[in-house]
Amino acid sequence: MSGGELIINTPLAMQVTPADWPGGYWWHWLFFTVAIIVFMLVMVIGAIYIERRAMGKMQSRIGPNRTGPFGLLQPVADAIKVLLKENIVPGTADKIVHFLAPIVAFTPVLMIFAVIPFQNGALLADLNIGILYVVAVSSIATVGVFMAGWGSGNKYSLLGAMRDIAAVVSYEIPLVLAIIGVVIVSGSLSMNEIVTSQDIPYILVQPLGFLLFFIAACAEINRSPFDLTEADSELTAGFHTEYSGMKFAMFYLVEYAEAMAMSAVITTLFLSGWRGPWLPPWLWFIIKTVIVFFVMVWTRTTLPRVRIDQLMGLAWKFVLPLALINLFITAIEVIFWPDVSQWFFVIVNIALAAILVILFSKLFKPGWGRVEV
Amino acid sequence: MTAALSAKEIVSQLSARFPGAIEEAGLDSALVKSESLPAAAEYLKTAEGLKYEYLNYITAVDYYDYFEVVYMLTSLEYNRSVTFKVRCYSRDNPSVPSLTGLYQGADWQEREVYDLMGITFEGHPNLKRIFLWEGYNGYPLRKDWNR
Amino acid sequence: MTTTQELTLKTEPFVLNMGPLHPSTHGVYRMRVTLDGEVVLDIEPIFGYLHRGIEKLMEERTYTGCIPLTDRLDYASAMSNNFSYCLAVEKLGGIKVPERAEYIRVITAELQRIANHCLAIGAMLNDAGALGTPFFYLWRQREKIYDLFEMLCGQRVLYNYMRIGGVSQDLPDEFLPAVKKFIPQLRHFIDEYEFFLKQNEILIARAKGVGILSKELATNYGISGPVARASGIRWDLRKNDPYSVYDRFEFDIPTRENGDCYDRYRVRMEEMKQSLRIVEQSVKQVPGGPFRTEVNQVIRPPAGEAYAHIEGPKGELGYYIVSDNSIAPYRSHIRSTSLINLGALRQMVKGWKVADLILIFGSIDITMGEVDR
Repeated sequence: MSGGELIINTPLAMQVTPADWPGGYWWHWLFFTVAIIVFMLVMVIGAIYIERRAMGKMQSRIGPNRTGPFGLLQPVADAIKVLLKENIVPGTADKIVHFLAPIVAFTPVLMIFAVIPFQNGALLADLNIGILYVVAVSSIATVGVFMAGWGSGNKYSLLGAMRDIAAVVSYEIPLVLAIIGVVIVSGSLSMNEIVTSQDIPYILVQPLGFLLFFIAACAEINRSPFDLTEADSELTAGFHTEYSGMKFAMFYLVEYAEAMAMSAVITTLFLSGWRGPWLPPWLWFIIKTVIVFFVMVWTRTTLPRVRIDQLMGLAWKFVLPLALINLFITAIEVIFWPDVSQWFFVIVNIALAAILVILFSKLFKPGWGRVEV
Repeated sequence: MTAALSAKEIVSQLSARFPGAIEEAGLDSALVKSESLPAAAEYLKTAEGLKYEYLNYITAVDYYDYFEVVYMLTSLEYNRSVTFKVRCYSRDNPSVPSLTGLYQGADWQEREVYDLMGITFEGHPNLKRIFLWEGYNGYPLRKDWNR
Repeated sequence: MTTTQELTLKTEPFVLNMGPLHPSTHGVYRMRVTLDGEVVLDIEPIFGYLHRGIEKLMEERTYTGCIPLTDRLDYASAMSNNFSYCLAVEKLGGIKVPERAEYIRVITAELQRIANHCLAIGAMLNDAGALGTPFFYLWRQREKIYDLFEMLCGQRVLYNYMRIGGVSQDLPDEFLPAVKKFIPQLRHFIDEYEFFLKQNEILIARAKGVGILSKELATNYGISGPVARASGIRWDLRKNDPYSVYDRFEFDIPTRENGDCYDRYRVRMEEMKQSLRIVEQSVKQVPGGPFRTEVNQVIRPPAGEAYAHIEGPKGELGYYIVSDNSIAPYRSHIRSTSLINLGALRQMVKGWKVADLILIFGSIDITMGEVDR
């Protein structure tokens, strides 16, 4: 198996810039910071457009097609509209918490992009604990959501925020366990090395891991079918009910930026990142990210929402045991048969994944029912 | 076909059990005295061969001399229905016993009659206005209500 | 120090006001929900926001002039209101309706039932969180029925089509061929929607076993319509107390035993298919002849009273009309389905969660126009 042994004994220092980067350290940092911000904003605008058009087409309607050619300027129009709205703060709100919440929710999402490789070696910081950094940082956004729910002074928002905390906490563990499967196979925590070691994309080598990571990621970023924190048929708008203007724009941005960030992480971990023939690597990266995002939009349009106790039941009784079993199987495969070709494990893993998923879905009872009052 | 019980049959069945309860019998409904209303309704609901367990509606009509509260029950088992009425002659404080204990569906319909006609139902657990707001003055569906 | 006693968390119930303006209460309906965390302990429904005093207004209009008022009651299925009112007045006045008019009434009433169930199922699934996809698909069929009705009487939603003694206009020539063309299309689409939704895991997890209404409770509350039939009460006025020409058609009454949200959804789906059967049969049997008995525009039925009820799409819709031989009804009471069906909501939701409360409320299929009159 490529990757060799797991190496975690280098000091946790930031990788120095590649030797051939013109201008040195600060120029590299500046270029990538600006590139990441621009990339993220452009991708979010693209994401909003793709979501609305694709969702519209799937629902047998057209979607926005008036603003600009094919409705391409619709997200821009949305942004301008939201920015021009009055910033209303409710009287009973906790002012400081209410003000800081969008910032706390938005910053970690940008930070995730710092370790995602766009090309071989082209990332802001080639941390050798890359994926660990991603997991750690992505959880901070939840604190922002809870601050929003509490600081609004509104029972609906509080309910929504509570649900969000429950969901995120429940799905952290399966998320990390699915990642560890990939780390074991590739032998490194660094994002760039995970991509370079994917001669076969890890979606084939770790099908169960991919499935579990996808479910856990959808739950973490509150995408349907797990979007109960902003269930607009139940809680008006959940934790961002009381936000308007630029702050609401931040939350709206966070939702799509997180989706894009998770799509980028999935691309890096499972779809072999920037690797691909003929086209330039960064274009491959973008194409793959967009495809993963499209799959997220697809599940959003197709599936109804789960209930909060069903969500947590799914996490603890279905996804977590499967993640543990996946980890065991992967570890056994890597330790006992390190020299066997990976294609053999592809077939074995796909078969095992199918069997386990079917078995567990028969045994699994979602949620609990009525409570005696 | 839901056979609507004709007045004669209602009269014969009820007056055997509750002598003096029936005052008059119209064309296809019977007039019941308001004191014997709960007992008569319970008999109609539970007796063998009657089993009128389904309450269709409760409403009230304002004839200028009296109010008339109309009830219609249906027996799903035997596919029959019966209509009976209760009159209250007082204009200031009309009152009729409530059937909420027997039929829970009577709850809101009696509240509606109270709200719009002003007829109180004794024994109702929660007699408040249902459509109009608390503190509204008057009973709009009465014939002598001027807006 | 853990003991064998379970550690109970001290909680305090709070009251959440799901106000009259809410994205998912169908119309202006307000509930004060007592919650313990996510569990619903009690609800207190408050309505009357749409009270227009229609019963009083009907006392000041001629019998024919009341027909547009009746449209506005259950505005999601206007034809059935017209039907029931006209039946009541015809019973009062002893007016006989010609055969052709009876058949036209049956066709429009059944098409209206299909349209209403499209809306009901779509709205219920919207409340379940399926962000509008089934809603849009089902709404397309409702739009086609709107087109048929527009061909018939020029109106799409509130028709004012039936008159005392028949209907107001004859069928245009292209109506029956259009209906004949529509029937197989709709059958195909209903099968398609059933295929999407019947085995959907998330829908089953959300709706099966949720909000159970027992048969005894349903009878005691006076529940009628698909809600009652889903609880096991085999009662349909088209079979048990036939009116108009319903005794000439062959159709089944779908009944299920559990009385949960899933059963109500299934009953409505099956009823759509049965309505299609009735439409098919009646389209073949429509006779020629007059479409209306000649009665005065301003009729004076003899003094007396009458009660006529129909099996509307939501349940038993009846009119109790008292006449004193003048041009306006002396008193007309509307036996409103939605008000009486709504009475059972309180017992159905105790012990379930907020998400279930919304779903259960959607599954009863309430139109506030009928509740408040």
